[in-house]
Amino acid sequence: MTAALEIKNINKHYGSFNALSDVSLNVREGEFFALLGPNGAGKTTLISILAGLCVADSGSTAVMGKDVSSDYLEARKKLGVVPQELVYDPFFTVREMLTIQSGYFGIRGNTDWIEEVTSGLGLQDKMDENMRTLSGGMKRRVLVAQALMHKPPVIILDEPTAGVDVELRRGLWKFMKNLNSQGHTIVLTTHYLEEAEVLCERVGMLKNGRLAALDTTQNLLKRFSGIRLVLRTKKMVLPSALNEYLLEVAADGEWVFRLSDYSEVEVILRELRRVEDEVISMVLREADLEDVFFSVIKED
Amino acid sequence: MVGFYTLLYKELLRFWRVVFQTVAAPILTALLYLLIFSHILQDRVTVYIDVGYTQFLVPGLAMMSVLQNAFANGSSSIIQSKVTGNIVFLLLAPISNFQVFLAYLLASVIRGVSVGFGVVLASIIFINISTFNFFWIIIFAVLGAGILACLGLLAGIWAEKFDQVAVFQNFIVMPMTFLSGVFYSIHSLPEFWQQVSRSNPFFYMIDGFRYGFFGKSDVSPMVSFLVVGIVFLSLSAVTFNVIKSGYKLRT
Repeated sequence: MTAALEIKNINKHYGSFNALSDVSLNVREGEFFALLGPNGAGKTTLISILAGLCVADSGSTAVMGKDVSSDYLEARKKLGVVPQELVYDPFFTVREMLTIQSGYFGIRGNTDWIEEVTSGLGLQDKMDENMRTLSGGMKRRVLVAQALMHKPPVIILDEPTAGVDVELRRGLWKFMKNLNSQGHTIVLTTHYLEEAEVLCERVGMLKNGRLAALDTTQNLLKRFSGIRLVLRTKKMVLPSALNEYLLEVAADGEWVFRLSDYSEVEVILRELRRVEDEVISMVLREADLEDVFFSVIKED
Repeated sequence: MVGFYTLLYKELLRFWRVVFQTVAAPILTALLYLLIFSHILQDRVTVYIDVGYTQFLVPGLAMMSVLQNAFANGSSSIIQSKVTGNIVFLLLAPISNFQVFLAYLLASVIRGVSVGFGVVLASIIFINISTFNFFWIIIFAVLGAGILACLGLLAGIWAEKFDQVAVFQNFIVMPMTFLSGVFYSIHSLPEFWQQVSRSNPFFYMIDGFRYGFFGKSDVSPMVSFLVVGIVFLSLSAVTFNVIKSGYKLRT
């Protein structure tokens, strides 16, 4: 089966800065894939290369088997991209933007599909309003609608829920899930790891331009599984016996312990009692993708 | 081809939405030039015997408007799209590089020629102007607009800020237009400056265009056609290749 996205040995540098170093990965057809990484890790650069907005120094990329540079017209037809920035053309209304977008992809009229997509995104009341007058959330929806005008088999969303209110975020999740269930391959970058955990079957993590992890969400959670115990005590002097459990010291100074079993809570508390320390606050929770993310990012 | 037509339509709609600014205003400006220069100079300057200075001025002003607006259209469209970021929609679209070039070129030529046509039409109300050969008028208007459209596109692609486009316009396009014989015949210049003018391609556009009205020119219209044609084809090739290379558009 053809991969929806095929990324082979991509390198890209800006001056002396290596934005991407030898990145290779495939996204299968019909997959819901998350591309994660801290700011500056190279997510947007990778997406830009896939979309042909940016030219790689070396390596190759293909969308549904069509090479992004040698077969650029075909590759672009297969791909819908929702850019991260809230860009729009201030000369046009929502309807005009979507009609023009359809035309760019060789589709005349397209009124039925425009109707369907915009009502799915809650844009039906804004169709004849100028893009300038829309709120940020509405502009974001128009960007999503634009990317779908040519019913692309592969859709890339670059932080679609950044700066979006909770209601719209949930709405977009539902919409993306729906698209995925209809057979569209979806690639998502996001800072909300909860989003990736809920939606995506597989996760790739970029760190300093390199692919630091690539696995199913389930496997990653399993690999970094365990229980997190977040503690604050009166003295905050760590007994040496607890060193092996300590995962990190959080930004606000709290200890984060990694436990394999709930019974180890007692071990920690016993040790604290032994040094006559007292617990002020305590949170106990299962590891989530955010923990995985930080573990990967901190690994050397 | 739907992609190409859509882009052309979008580009035409873009300037049509602000038609007072993009078409009406330059026509008014040209008429003001005409009013003032003709009032002051009508009986003092003779360029060709049997052609009054006011008549002489009309094609020059019309061509100047064609050139400036063809330049303004391409450059402002690209730089606006770049600054606002919406150029991404075009860069993501499956429209070939040549079609992108052609759509922008045509839109700019149409705007330039529309404004020039408007200037001539508006002038006819006040001034009696005859045409000698309509064919040459159209040829030079279209080729001149095409050359400036290419320069506008190049400026828009090269510039990163609006004021860089303004630099291109004010320090290159304006001087070359004014020094090309819009307001005078180069025969009225000292020998040295006549030679300098002859190395300015803008001179041939205006001289050839004027020939279409009066049947008189400083150089033969065939020579002008050749020069303007070669410049147009060369600049088109450069502009197309710049678009194809992705220079400053695809990083």
